[in-house]
Amino acid sequence: MEIKKEQNGTSLTMVLSGRLDTVAAADFEKELEASLTGVESLVLDCAELTYVASSGLRAFLMAQKRMNKQGSMKMLHVQEAVMEVLSMTGFDDLLTIEK
Amino acid sequence: MRTEELRIEAKVEALPKAIEFATGTLTDACSMRERLHIELVTEEIFVNIASYAYDAPGGFVLIRRSGGEGPEGLTLTFIDEGAPYDPLQRPDPDLTLSAEDRPIGGLGVFLVKKIVTEAHYEYKDGKNILTIRKVIGGA
Repeated sequence: MEIKKEQNGTSLTMVLSGRLDTVAAADFEKELEASLTGVESLVLDCAELTYVASSGLRAFLMAQKRMNKQGSMKMLHVQEAVMEVLSMTGFDDLLTIEK
Repeated sequence: MRTEELRIEAKVEALPKAIEFATGTLTDACSMRERLHIELVTEEIFVNIASYAYDAPGGFVLIRRSGGEGPEGLTLTFIDEGAPYDPLQRPDPDLTLSAEDRPIGGLGVFLVKKIVTEAHYEYKDGKNILTIRKVIGGA
């Protein structure tokens, strides 16, 4: 998976592309840890994200919990295959998702 | 029905090999959605074994594969010699809890149970044997 970051003041957009599998999720969590200090608005652009496993869901949940404390988080352009996994696990209710 | 086997090290780095093998009999007739389902099921089961089955490195996972597309579906069996553990007995997560109250684990097995047509576990001769079957060709 590739993660591109665009920061604008306290707003951070992370563009995720490829597969968020168990190996990628560990990198993604580290990237989140390193990036979220001072961020009030986090956008995860998932237009190019094709796959997510439960480890990726955990990373999304971690980011959501953190952003609930310091601002807001939303996911954009979520593909159908990823959306299905979010729906199966009830994550579509936990996360703010704009298609 | 022809049965093939792959024996690989029980470590997360071997995941791509496990997925490649598990999806090895699927053709272009299999939808991308169903292919991703098989990949996801394989990942969740394999990573669970790689992460928790063995106390020390050097353990293995044997994956047995038969079938593919069609009404019989694809059958995958995951065998390890780690601590006895039936993942299917794990209680389903409470999907109504808020983000703050959601426990961090248990989602992988839940996804497996949601996706496969049937799943069966047994502990026999010192081995965890988890078999899943999924009908391919639904959508």
